[in-house]
Amino acid sequence: MGLGCAVLLASAFSAQAAKIGDLTQTRWTEQAWRFVTLSDPVVRYACLGTLLLGISCGLLGSFLVVRRMALLGDALSHAVLPGVALGFLWNLEKDPLAIFIGALLAGLAGSATVSILTRTTRLKEDTALGMVLASFFGLGLCLMSMFQRLPTGNKSGIETFLFGQAAALGPGDIQVMGAVTLVVVGLLGLGYKEFLLVSFDPGFARVLALPTVWFERLLVMLLAFAVVSALQAVGVVLVSAMLIIPAATASLLTDRFHRVLVWSSCLGMISGLSGAFLSFLGTRLPTGPFMVLSASLLFALALLFSPRQGIVPRWYRQRSQRVRIERENTLKAIYQVLESDGFASETITVAALTARRRLALAAVEAEIRSLVAVEFATASRDRVALTPSGWLRACAIVRNHRLWELYLTHAAQIAPDHVHDDAEKIEHVLGEAMVRELERRLPRIDTDPHGRPIPSLPASMAGAHLGAGGAGDRPVGYGGRT
Amino acid sequence: MSLETGNPANVPPLEIHDLTVAYRNKPVLWGIDLVAPAGKLIGIVGPNGAGKSTLIKACMGLLPCSSGWVTAFGRPVTQSLKRVGYVPQRESVDWDFPVSVMDVVLMGRYGRIGLFKRPSPEDRRIARDCLEQVQMLPFAERQISNLSGGQQQRVFLARALAQESDLYFMDEPFTGVDAATESAIIALLQGLRSRGKTILVVHHDLPTARTYFDWLLLLNMRVVAFGPTEEVFTPDLLQKTYGGRLTILSEVAEAVRGQGTLT
Repeated sequence: MGLGCAVLLASAFSAQAAKIGDLTQTRWTEQAWRFVTLSDPVVRYACLGTLLLGISCGLLGSFLVVRRMALLGDALSHAVLPGVALGFLWNLEKDPLAIFIGALLAGLAGSATVSILTRTTRLKEDTALGMVLASFFGLGLCLMSMFQRLPTGNKSGIETFLFGQAAALGPGDIQVMGAVTLVVVGLLGLGYKEFLLVSFDPGFARVLALPTVWFERLLVMLLAFAVVSALQAVGVVLVSAMLIIPAATASLLTDRFHRVLVWSSCLGMISGLSGAFLSFLGTRLPTGPFMVLSASLLFALALLFSPRQGIVPRWYRQRSQRVRIERENTLKAIYQVLESDGFASETITVAALTARRRLALAAVEAEIRSLVAVEFATASRDRVALTPSGWLRACAIVRNHRLWELYLTHAAQIAPDHVHDDAEKIEHVLGEAMVRELERRLPRIDTDPHGRPIPSLPASMAGAHLGAGGAGDRPVGYGGRT
Repeated sequence: MSLETGNPANVPPLEIHDLTVAYRNKPVLWGIDLVAPAGKLIGIVGPNGAGKSTLIKACMGLLPCSSGWVTAFGRPVTQSLKRVGYVPQRESVDWDFPVSVMDVVLMGRYGRIGLFKRPSPEDRRIARDCLEQVQMLPFAERQISNLSGGQQQRVFLARALAQESDLYFMDEPFTGVDAATESAIIALLQGLRSRGKTILVVHHDLPTARTYFDWLLLLNMRVVAFGPTEEVFTPDLLQKTYGGRLTILSEVAEAVRGQGTLT
């Protein structure tokens, strides 16, 4: 696409560009200090502007993401470039209002072209979007390079529209951005319920006599507003990333649309601000790429650490579940060894446990250490004993196993020699409610299908989900063992 | 029934006159005439491509009509949408959308809440009540992608119930639904009918159509027959509906499309 061309153009422009960094060749620590103290009006405008664009782009990006229309943001943002160029031509000055209006008209012309192409031809929407994106962007680049050669006029600043320069924001830009954000927040707040319905189920919205088409148009209009007002700070090339990435991160974090909106605008603000900060540290650094990098970093963090879907929490949950299952299997084995001599002694040998677990001695010793760590067992040199809480857990897991075997043979008519392997898995996942249900459904719950007694428990101890580390927090004695 | 139902008994809930509908210039429904009786459970059956969904979408104004008109309760259907409830096909929406079951059912109230207003506690009460009727109340706060097909279908049904309409259009509400849910839904529809509502259901299973519906519309690009089930469910008429496509009608439709005379 025109991206390589854009890079060339930008490097050509930057030869004449006056940026904050050029004026004062200071060290980055001093720059950072200037930024955080907000002493410089340039910094204040940059902060305010990136916060405002974070809000409006975050909100509208959420709609694009949930409606699977992410490409529309890309097409719209590239389509505004000819409008920016013509806005310059208006009085050969960087007039925020003229540029805003020009860009808005170009963006709307672009989205109208997409909708006309999809309605009147066989072309699908993604094709139409791709075409409009490329051709409008190409036109914009041509116009801009032509203006560069005009002998008159102050052309400084036009190149900031390609990659963004938050430090170039002036009071006029902030006014436009503030007005846009106000309109976006106000209208989305007012019509939240309508925009939600039109996005989720437009057909149903029409049956409710909702002016669906007008809400759709309003949404595209607001989107164009947000894109155009964000141009100066992020740049044409990357503004779509500020629409999509914060919203995509937000949808990893929550599954309610109003929360997606809130998260997305917060993430947009954070990315905007940190992008402005980072680009401020060096000289001639464009803001847009840093903003997008910050947003992507936040996305990566959410992908790794979001509580429900994050990779790390999921891995941790699986791992702690594996640990719990291993621990429960050892407890069960200890119980079975104790049972094999009729509960005559209170301790068993490590050798007997190793034979029962069919594992290497080292592995069994590690398991014993893990049981001791959570106070389920006590160990002396070569013998192991269960603590009261360990005993109850062992009873619970054996009970789950044998109840499930009983249920399978009794209710599901499965032969007794088929049920053990299944019970090996189910014993770890039966919750208290399920155990109660099994007890209700089975006529007698004293002996399992293999003729062994099913241990009974105090009422509070049924179910396997007592928490892996919950040892010692229940004041119970050896009550189950009679 | 709502207060607006003060119309005389002889005004039918739905009247279709000479309706022709075309997709991309190709007619899919020809000259449909139909007067639906009030307080009946009406099944729309016919082979694939017969235009069953097209018919109900055109009735509600979701598709443009090439000719003809549709009235509901004596007024053009677009003016009486407040009295029309709709259960779209389950596939028509994105079930990964970040909304809860309750959010979706509340959407049924939007027509009555009015533009830019928030749902009231009363709307929430009605939505909960409708969820209860389809036995989905325990799922109210679930996100909709965590539902089975049958549960999704019941959510759509609850949303339509929340509309509190007098005329319902339902597009294949039994697809992907297990037998127990299917009989629960049909009992619910019969309850609606006994309260005087008129319900049109697109259905594709012939054997059950006979037992479920009071009236049947046999459709294959045109109305083959419309009447009480016992009169219409005859081998002869079913053969006419399902026995091969009406080749001449299809061919003419293709020809019309080629010339682009209908818009």
